[in-house]
Amino acid sequence: MEATLNTTVSAAEKFISSFSNFKSALLQSQPAMVERALAALHTQDFPTTRVEDWKYTRTARIAHENWSIINAAAKVDITPYVIPGLNAELIVFVNGFLRDDLSAYSNALDVSIKADKTHEAIDFPCANIFQSLNAAYSTSVLHIHIAKNKVRTAPLHILHIMADEMAMAQPIITIHAEKSAELEVVESFVCVKDQKSFCNRLLNVHVDENAIVSLHKIQAEGDHSFMMNEDSIHIEKNGRFNINTLTIDGGWVRNNLNISLDGENIETHLNGIFLPRRKQFVDNHSKVDHRFPNCNSNELYKGILNDNSVGVFNGKVYVQPDAQKTNAFQSNKNVLLSNEAQMNTKPELEIYADDVKCSHGTTTGQMDDSALFYLKSRGLSDESARKLLSTAFVNDVISKVDNEAVREYVITELVKRDLLFV
Amino acid sequence: MLSIKNIHARIEEKEILRGLSLDIKPGEVHAIMGPNGSGKSTLASVLAGKEEYEVTEGSVQFLQKDLLEMAPEERAREGVFLAFQYPVEIPGVSNMNFLKAAVGEIRKHQGLEPLSAKEFLKLVAEKSKLVELDGQLTNRAVNEGFSGGEKKRNEIFQMAMLEPKLAILDETDSGLDIDALRIVANGVNALRSPDRSFLVITHYQRLLDYIVPDFVHVLYKGRIVKSGPKELALELEEKGYDWIKEEFETAYS
Repeated sequence: MEATLNTTVSAAEKFISSFSNFKSALLQSQPAMVERALAALHTQDFPTTRVEDWKYTRTARIAHENWSIINAAAKVDITPYVIPGLNAELIVFVNGFLRDDLSAYSNALDVSIKADKTHEAIDFPCANIFQSLNAAYSTSVLHIHIAKNKVRTAPLHILHIMADEMAMAQPIITIHAEKSAELEVVESFVCVKDQKSFCNRLLNVHVDENAIVSLHKIQAEGDHSFMMNEDSIHIEKNGRFNINTLTIDGGWVRNNLNISLDGENIETHLNGIFLPRRKQFVDNHSKVDHRFPNCNSNELYKGILNDNSVGVFNGKVYVQPDAQKTNAFQSNKNVLLSNEAQMNTKPELEIYADDVKCSHGTTTGQMDDSALFYLKSRGLSDESARKLLSTAFVNDVISKVDNEAVREYVITELVKRDLLFV
Repeated sequence: MLSIKNIHARIEEKEILRGLSLDIKPGEVHAIMGPNGSGKSTLASVLAGKEEYEVTEGSVQFLQKDLLEMAPEERAREGVFLAFQYPVEIPGVSNMNFLKAAVGEIRKHQGLEPLSAKEFLKLVAEKSKLVELDGQLTNRAVNEGFSGGEKKRNEIFQMAMLEPKLAILDETDSGLDIDALRIVANGVNALRSPDRSFLVITHYQRLLDYIVPDFVHVLYKGRIVKSGPKELALELEEKGYDWIKEEFETAYS
């Protein structure tokens, strides 16, 4: 049989044409995965708003650009992005490429940090075009591994810097905490100037039995940046996983957070703040899958939206038939500061067990006029009063970040952007 | 200090103040009494600058300035203070941060240097004693979870911190037991001075046993229909408001 000649070029094929010769960082260790991702790209397209999961999220602005994979040789000044007082091992990516020359970490510690050639299998289902793109054209792969019973008191700081106009970064990070290990990771995303860039990063976390992993994500890129985060988390029995997603800045941000509770007596906390303004867009999609009994999950996301910004929250909590005695709470609260700002929120709860405690709720409103008047009647300007109320609103979440240096850094960055009250 | 001339004010389409006039000189304490719905709280809201109220006629001069032209925060900085009838709970905003900001704004407006952290805390310690406000309450979120009495004491504490020229107490006594009432009144009395005036709005004469006014005015249907010395309050307590209403209806029918 002759192969049929396909003259139509898919959007994905057009998209990859400018970097199709690039060899995925996964190629050496997992050629099969790369093969699978490349095959998937032949059939996948950028999702349209007709797809439920992308109903409010336009991807056309990413799809229509000519991105480049740029391993910038130039020296990048990392000092503005170091978090004061964090005292962390520092791992730096520039345009998605791991940069040993800029990083400062030691493998002699309890944690092994390895780039690329390892056998820690990465298994992304290539369920959407972003996952496939990343696996097929990964810029760098970072494995973080903490051995059984090891407790790391100082955190690791993974710093993603977007340094070039039209750069597309596709880093992969895996974190594996073995039985009873403990690890804290801070991941921050910045760009050197407000240039157009696209960071499409995958994260795989495995929390083994009785292990604890905390992750603080600080997203602080610019108005012209695009950021896709795919976070896939597996937790085993008695494990704990906490994640804070703190979105300070970014033109287009989509977080896909999937947490699978794969054993009994697991606890997980998901907190987030987002403060989009101007024409920024922030979308948080989360999925918490309770599969075993006696687990707790707690989710709180708070948004303050100004100007013409748009926010999306979609939180799904599944309580499977075996997951009796589940406690699952989910809440999304938003404040709109302008008439043009828009929030699309959909909390979802699917319960298939009968002995559970679950709640979900969402509110979207304006600033409380009576509180504003009360503050102004004591001499505060309208702007100060609004900022003071905003501060109180997000402090609720920021105070849950159990790392003082991260908390201070986030507050400082928000104040710097004139979003919070000092 | 304050000169109200023939003000008319309405909320939505309902006219509540219908030609109210009142003069308050420095150091004077004026009590405004009146039956429910007579416009007492509206007067307080209009003076503090609440946006829902629209002044359709008349003028208010405060220290030779047009008060009605000022935004609520400008009025506060010029020295007007309203003790709210229903103090607002503001979760997440600490009393201390809020007060520090307020004191800072007012001092800036007066051309004074900002207080150091130490000076500020000293002031807090001193002023909170006036109303026997627990140190823990001053550190909590603004009014959140406060009892009715604690909220009113917090109002007087804020007043003491901000040292206004004109303090308006809007039914500060309502819902207070006699002990709380005494504490609040003592706080107010401690702040009385020759250059600070008070407008005490109340439904009950009881408060005026503790905060003794120089003048008592009766508000009815949006107008001051009777004024007199402090003894007028006692007469009202004894006879109720019906005779005032009758006098008014006769005079205007």
